[in-house]
Amino acid sequence: MSETTLRAWLLTETPQSRRQAAWGRSYRGWLLFRRNKLAMVGLVTSIILVLASLVAPLITPYDPSAQNLADRLAPPTLAHWFGTDELGRDLYTRVIYGGRITLGMVVAVVVLVAPAGLLVGSMAGYLGGFVDRAMMRVTDVFLAFPRLILALAFVAALKPGITSAVFAIALTSWPAYARLARADTLTIRHTDYIAAMRLTGAWSGRIILRHVIPLCLSSVIVRVTLDMSGIILTAAGLGFLGMGAQPPTPEWGTMIAATRGYILQQWWVPTIPGVAILIASLAFNLLGDGMRDVLDPKQR
Amino acid sequence: MLVEIDNLRISFATPSGVEHAVRGVSLELGQEKLGIVGESGSGKSLTARAILRLLPSAAQVSADRLRFDGIDILAAPENVLRGIRGRRAGLILQDPKYSLNPVMTVGRQIAEAWRVHKGGSRRVAAQAAVDLLEQVRIRGPARVAGLYPHELSGGMGQRVMIAMMLAPDPELLIADEPTSALDATVQAEILRLIDDLVSRRGMGLILISHDLPLVSHFCDRVMVMYAGHVLERLAAGELSRAQHPYTRGLLECLPSLVHPRVRLATLARDPAWLVG
Amino acid sequence: MIEVQELRVRFGETEAVKGVSFRVPPGDSFGIVGESGSGKSTVLRALSGLNPNWTGRMALDGTALGPNRDKSFFRRVQMVFQDPYGSLHPRQTVDRALSEPLLVHGIGNVESRILQALAEVALPESVRFRYPHQLSGGQRQRVAIARALMAEPDVLLLDEPTSALDVSVQAEVLNLLADLQRRRGLTYVLVSHNLAVVAHLCPVVGVMQGGEMVEQISADDLRAGRARHPHTAELRTLSVELEDPEEVVGT
Repeated sequence: MSETTLRAWLLTETPQSRRQAAWGRSYRGWLLFRRNKLAMVGLVTSIILVLASLVAPLITPYDPSAQNLADRLAPPTLAHWFGTDELGRDLYTRVIYGGRITLGMVVAVVVLVAPAGLLVGSMAGYLGGFVDRAMMRVTDVFLAFPRLILALAFVAALKPGITSAVFAIALTSWPAYARLARADTLTIRHTDYIAAMRLTGAWSGRIILRHVIPLCLSSVIVRVTLDMSGIILTAAGLGFLGMGAQPPTPEWGTMIAATRGYILQQWWVPTIPGVAILIASLAFNLLGDGMRDVLDPKQR
Repeated sequence: MLVEIDNLRISFATPSGVEHAVRGVSLELGQEKLGIVGESGSGKSLTARAILRLLPSAAQVSADRLRFDGIDILAAPENVLRGIRGRRAGLILQDPKYSLNPVMTVGRQIAEAWRVHKGGSRRVAAQAAVDLLEQVRIRGPARVAGLYPHELSGGMGQRVMIAMMLAPDPELLIADEPTSALDATVQAEILRLIDDLVSRRGMGLILISHDLPLVSHFCDRVMVMYAGHVLERLAAGELSRAQHPYTRGLLECLPSLVHPRVRLATLARDPAWLVG
Repeated sequence: MIEVQELRVRFGETEAVKGVSFRVPPGDSFGIVGESGSGKSTVLRALSGLNPNWTGRMALDGTALGPNRDKSFFRRVQMVFQDPYGSLHPRQTVDRALSEPLLVHGIGNVESRILQALAEVALPESVRFRYPHQLSGGQRQRVAIARALMAEPDVLLLDEPTSALDVSVQAEVLNLLADLQRRRGLTYVLVSHNLAVVAHLCPVVGVMQGGEMVEQISADDLRAGRARHPHTAELRTLSVELEDPEEVVGT
């Protein structure tokens, strides 16, 4: 099939099958997304960041934990593009490797938090009554604790490390998503289209999963993208307190925390991982905004 | 002439091209009651709102002439328009729930509207508000003045809305589907009230509705719109002598209590209507 | 087909429906008219199973109905809502809306049934993969009717099915409802504030006021002005006055 006929097949007003309609919808979504320049910047940056993390050993000249105390705190040179840190390790290598840890933690937290929050929130909102009260009191309990303190207690109870940090951050982030999903569900619950779904005889679980949650998704996506920088910073905070990533693991937050004393003399050492955090957060944010627009079919 | 419109055109730029919502509408209005009738998307609301330049920001408006009491609306600066909107021309919308401030008593809202346009002390304004509520035939106006919008029924809310619009003694009243959200019994009362107030105060009225028979009861003239065009202009009493197939179709597709039909007539739309 | 006896519905302190009784024979239509707050829609929602807080007796085909209904009930009784803008899921295509009842009830042949349903409500096949916001009001209401018919019910509950539509579209939808009833032998309960619409479709009309059904009258008697209750007479007078464009209201 040539390119023009493929395009016509995708964009036809009268798709002949569900498969064609689904492909057409995706293609239209892509066309819409492509029109949004900022979202494209976000997408490309995110892809580059993820790819760089995946192929880190191929694109870095050093071992991330190889120390060279003779050459510590060196400014950027041809040998060390971003300079070296307080133990003489190559910063460029550590930032690229750090993406693996930091982005991995962010993705892990999001994968845990978003579905859990969505499910709890939409169930509480849709079912109402006792279920709602019980679930929302539980979320209130989690919301009542300061985020870092709860995470600290949790990590202290387990052993310090990346996995514990991920669970600790997840544990303190999901209530916000549950609240958000519940608020959306409360307005959706009383609409006629949900009443019509109930009248098909479908059970509540089916209605929540197939009809309520898709409508809560867009606000959750926006919230997720806004939260990503917060997650990175919490991870850094835990790392700084010795409860997150353990040295010599390169993790952006931990890297800033460990070298923050050099900010006045050797400013690039803590700044470079900071810029990495900034770029990653911004890219996810832009990507999220673009996704939200595409997810709403009224925009097409 | 209170309102003069000549060759009014309103269009919207959409991703799939320019959409023409109003295509060359002309009308003149003095101290009389004009009904604009049409189905959704006919451009009837846009035409009336253009007089106050209350259009969505994406709308592109052009007209050979668009005047309110001699003022060129398209060229007028914003402060002149503010002096017209609400002061010299009032707008009543379909659902008073969305037009009233939910956290202020209706008496205060009317008093505020009165003071903005007439000045004077709070006490005088409060008294004026009660007077206005009485004029729109609300029983116990002093008590109602102390109520909040959510404590009013639909009909009461619409009366309050009318009272608020009357506060600055406007010369023109635009009523956009003022009774579509109301029960039949209340609907007739509200329209009778508007009719009476407009006649007594010598105002101009533009009544926008999708209900042709209803409009013809309360207006002197009726203008039938379809797809941005005026298809027919009629004196209200001449509805049964309507010439245009669209106007006839609108009347014939109504189910009737007195003249039952086994099957309702449906409207066949002819693209030729829009030519010329 | 449908029997309702002494139906009462409470919302907190207030009783919205105060002992309503009526019966609808199979294949027949029963109309309920009244003003807003008269309780007419509340009766319909209790009958449909959407509101379980009622007392009294309701029966379908001789079988008493409880507050909570099972799947087989929803296969036999379906509802069409007033606002076609609100009754279709905004993020689901027509195809999805129509296939959902089939999936819930495990009915096969999805592809051909959807095409058949679209044809039955006179919608072109091209709307199948559109979203609700891409359709006109009349098209949406046709989709809602098609959705209600997917599981092949015997009873259709119609809650102001045409009051959000333009008059020309209203005529088309009313004709469609009449055709469907004749073709499928459906039983209708139609709620509306428009006397002419109810009388057009239903041979028997119940008039509601303040939660009570003050009168049940045949459409013929209603047309001829043989109403016994003053509220019925009032509604009729208003309706007739507004129907005739030449007559002046209230003078």
